[in-house]
Amino acid sequence: MAVNIRCLNYKIMCINSSLSELINTDRFMENNQPTFYEETRKDGISRKDFLKFCTTMAAFLGLEASGVGQIVKALQTKPRLPVIWFHFQECTCCSESFIRASHPIVANIVLDKISLDYQETLMAASGYQAEEAYKTVMAKFPGEYIVMVEGSIPTENEAYCCIGGRSAKAILEEAVANCKAVVAWGNCASAGCVQAASPNPTGAKPVHKVISGKPVINVQGCPPIADVMAGVVVHLLTFDRIPQLDELGRPKAFYSRRVHDTCYRRASFDAGLFVESFDDEGAKRGYCLYKMGCKGPVTYNSCGIIKWNDGVSYPIQSGHPCIGCSEEGFWDNGPFYQHLPDVKGFGIEVTADKIGLGLGIATAIGVAGHAVVTNIRKHREIENTPESGS
Amino acid sequence: MKSRSIPLREVYVWEMPVRIYHWVNALCITALCITGFVIGNPPALMRGTEAYYNYWFGTVRFIHFVSAFLFFFNFVFRTYWGFAGNEFSRWYNFIPYKRSQWKEIFDVIRVDILQVTHKQIDSIGHNSLAAFIYFITFLIFLLQCLTGFGMYSAMSSSFLPKMFAWFVPLMGGDMAVRQLHHILMWGFILFAMVHIYLVFYHDYVERRGITSSMIGGWKFIEEDVIDRHDNPEAKPKD
Repeated sequence: MAVNIRCLNYKIMCINSSLSELINTDRFMENNQPTFYEETRKDGISRKDFLKFCTTMAAFLGLEASGVGQIVKALQTKPRLPVIWFHFQECTCCSESFIRASHPIVANIVLDKISLDYQETLMAASGYQAEEAYKTVMAKFPGEYIVMVEGSIPTENEAYCCIGGRSAKAILEEAVANCKAVVAWGNCASAGCVQAASPNPTGAKPVHKVISGKPVINVQGCPPIADVMAGVVVHLLTFDRIPQLDELGRPKAFYSRRVHDTCYRRASFDAGLFVESFDDEGAKRGYCLYKMGCKGPVTYNSCGIIKWNDGVSYPIQSGHPCIGCSEEGFWDNGPFYQHLPDVKGFGIEVTADKIGLGLGIATAIGVAGHAVVTNIRKHREIENTPESGS
Repeated sequence: MKSRSIPLREVYVWEMPVRIYHWVNALCITALCITGFVIGNPPALMRGTEAYYNYWFGTVRFIHFVSAFLFFFNFVFRTYWGFAGNEFSRWYNFIPYKRSQWKEIFDVIRVDILQVTHKQIDSIGHNSLAAFIYFITFLIFLLQCLTGFGMYSAMSSSFLPKMFAWFVPLMGGDMAVRQLHHILMWGFILFAMVHIYLVFYHDYVERRGITSSMIGGWKFIEEDVIDRHDNPEAKPKD
């Protein structure tokens, strides 16, 4: 509850701050941007808290001790990142996750500082003013601003997602043309999520399949962990380049290990101790949720390490199997409570094992039938009767 | 007492490396399928105990991985032997690129599968249909190695699994790879059923001890088949 109230306070504070700054459009006219540190201090955050934040971020990013100094220096000297944050086909859970970041500065960094320019959910401006805000960023900071995207883009018919009379695809293409890099927040923007699940009526596509020529960072998850989102932003700000990505475009610092390999219940997996149903003795003892359909073994994320809501817990710790939300096509690899997914095209609830068993029985029948037919048709050969004797 | 005398000659068909490959492969596939099933849907063997008392599931996985390495290197060796072995083990037997191979495939289907005609099939090693099926199983072997080691690469820093890591993003992630790995396992099971049946079938119908040819390497072949094999132009078939 306390956490919620705190988050709400931040949200209100942030919206107020956005409002005041947006009304004061002179900000966009200034070339001399305030640094992140200056703005943080202005908001009454102590230097000690600022340093604690930098240290936390360095730890999340897997930096060595000297990395803390680099982050401190960057946040003290570099002007804030100009950011345009779009919402396309999505549920805004990425934004919701972000504003619940464990460290207050994380919420600040995103809501007060970087997403100030254009963020459809949280900005105070609307209509013409809002359009003006992101157009100003594009004109003012060509090649410098970051485009952050929540949501997938419809391609079947672009009209499925329009903002201000223009399609998501057109808006994105225009914004991306002069940006520095693109951050795709969440599974929608990284892999299409539920909108791209079969049969994908809108032809929803992730950002990296719609645009080309710009680096795209896929910050996966549904939603991504708030601290991971902040970590990516801090990395962009500190090192002025995109973080090291895996083959699916996810930052390696957060997505190089499986939930399974960092799971505190892993010992139960190796010991062969499994929860058989949600209310059994195994569930009470905290056994492995593998047989309840846990997708931890096929999911790459830092849930087991960073956890959620100020490090309170994560799905498996709360007794629920991982649904694999940071993986492509996790909706189509269901059901959630079954480890082996259903095979498409065979009706509902048909797994590879059921099909395999059916084929196995069919093969056995075929083989038996063939054996019978052989004894009849090949009778002469088997009995060694001469061919001419017929 | 029934007896018969037919002109047969012994031919050394399966060399020692081919036979070793066959039985190692059979053992690996058996071990991999059994452990694979257990890994896919582990039985509830242990109840009401703590994790530090047991490691049976880890052991099952260990057997699966060791068998997989053995299976892989065995497969690599067989591929090499397809270029180094005798004429019956060479690669060109397995890919039907010649007209005569396709003709033999249809002959085998008519004679042995549908049993609509009776005639002799002139093969000493694999017949063309069997060889083609083996070629398909080799492709399944390859895919099974790609999917298996692809998944394994996430938990290993060894160079061999790392060589397969590229396959996972190609499929979109571990979820799809795991599903494919599971589906392909059924290919092995169905193949084994038909393969073992057909060995019995040939041994039963032809009575030339084909089963033991994979133990000793020698096959009993009709002399006229050998003659036609040695002088292909001498006499047209039938």
